[in-house]
Amino acid sequence: MTDILHEPAPSASSDAAATTQAEVSAEIQQLSDDYARTLREGGEPETRTRLDYAPYRSSVLRHPTHAFAPADPEGVELWAPVFGHRDVDPFEADLTIQHRGEPLGERMVVTGRVVDGEGRPVRHQLVEIWQANAGGRYVHVRDQHPAPLDPNFTGTGRCLTDGEGRYRFTTVKPGPYPWKNHRNAWRPAHVHFSVFGTEFTQRVVTQMYFPGDPLFALDPIYQSVVDPDARARLVATYDHELTQPEWCTGYRWDIVLTGSHRTPRHGDVEPDAEDRS
Amino acid sequence: MTLPPTPAQTVGPFFGFSLPYDGGPHLVPPGRADAVRLHGRVLDGAGDPVPDAILELWQAGPDGQVVQQAGSLHRDGWTFTGWGRAATDNEGRYSFTTLRPGSVDGGAPFFAVVVLARGLLDRLLTRAYLPGDHLAQDPLLAAVGDRRDTLVAVEDETGFVFDVHLQGDRETVFLTHPRD
Repeated sequence: MTDILHEPAPSASSDAAATTQAEVSAEIQQLSDDYARTLREGGEPETRTRLDYAPYRSSVLRHPTHAFAPADPEGVELWAPVFGHRDVDPFEADLTIQHRGEPLGERMVVTGRVVDGEGRPVRHQLVEIWQANAGGRYVHVRDQHPAPLDPNFTGTGRCLTDGEGRYRFTTVKPGPYPWKNHRNAWRPAHVHFSVFGTEFTQRVVTQMYFPGDPLFALDPIYQSVVDPDARARLVATYDHELTQPEWCTGYRWDIVLTGSHRTPRHGDVEPDAEDRS
Repeated sequence: MTLPPTPAQTVGPFFGFSLPYDGGPHLVPPGRADAVRLHGRVLDGAGDPVPDAILELWQAGPDGQVVQQAGSLHRDGWTFTGWGRAATDNEGRYSFTTLRPGSVDGGAPFFAVVVLARGLLDRLLTRAYLPGDHLAQDPLLAAVGDRRDTLVAVEDETGFVFDVHLQGDRETVFLTHPRD
């Protein structure tokens, strides 16, 4: 892991702090109304996140303005990198055992399956997560939120999916935290996920949220998925079957990648055999 | 049956303690005789550097083979896995040390690149082609017309330069891969 102490100092915030939540919420509402009208007029539902979403101020100068160029996937694009047990230690899936003591907060298990658009499991592939601690603070010097760091929690984990595409992490529930998009902006609690498929084009980086978060309506990042059904796919389900007595709560969240272009062959992503050779 | 995909969300500003890792940008050790550098800057619509971006590189070996070998996260110094990851610095610069990709199935050789950044709500995919006359036959470059140069790396004394313009006059061509 990179030495976080050598990260650059936080840059000065822009004038975004002058904008109120009410103004940002009005922009979010306007874009939501526009989308609802498009749907009523027979438009196709949007399944993807919008890149151009002005309520999220940092996106204004960072979104492409041209339509994506359609490309026939070729060469390496039809394949994904392979990760194996030499890359990921099984202990990395437990974020609560990385230090001498137990982290503070609500211990939880998060598990689910990674599947492609046809429902086929993505086997033995890398899943990475990172998150704030229970107080809503990241182990990152650019995070200046005056909530306590937890000496027993870093907030980063990895695992490989199993033969059915299942991942599983043990961690603590992250807290919500303030940010500088606008005045009094707060992010809903979330866990960042980085996922690979069986093809390069299936790469996805996203965030998992928790059911019923009161900050959903106020958050321009969550709302950048303008379709309510698509947005709901970012929210985990509380699952009492995963909850363990006297130990932890459980959440389930499946991740669906886009369809693959190549017909998967047996052993496409099977690093285990090679690793053991 | 087609399942609706899980939408993307931005990588955010706080990936620095998690996604970068030792050896990430070095697909081969710098200094190896056949090592080349793929480097450049990530710039926003105002032409300002993006210091909180992270790029991923995925490529064939010099022989045109698509490598299916583990070991990208814990490099042994010898195994070429074809995949790496490099964050940008304060000036928006990234740098990979790698090998020259070969042609896969007769296609023009390219580096496949993923771009992630704070402020970027979904990952962007693009190609950095090796420069040369052979590109005249490439169907994608022909299709993108006068923006083709944004997809072609420029040779320098260490390897190749490939700048990523997220927006603006020189906006990089980003790709989608529709299914038939």
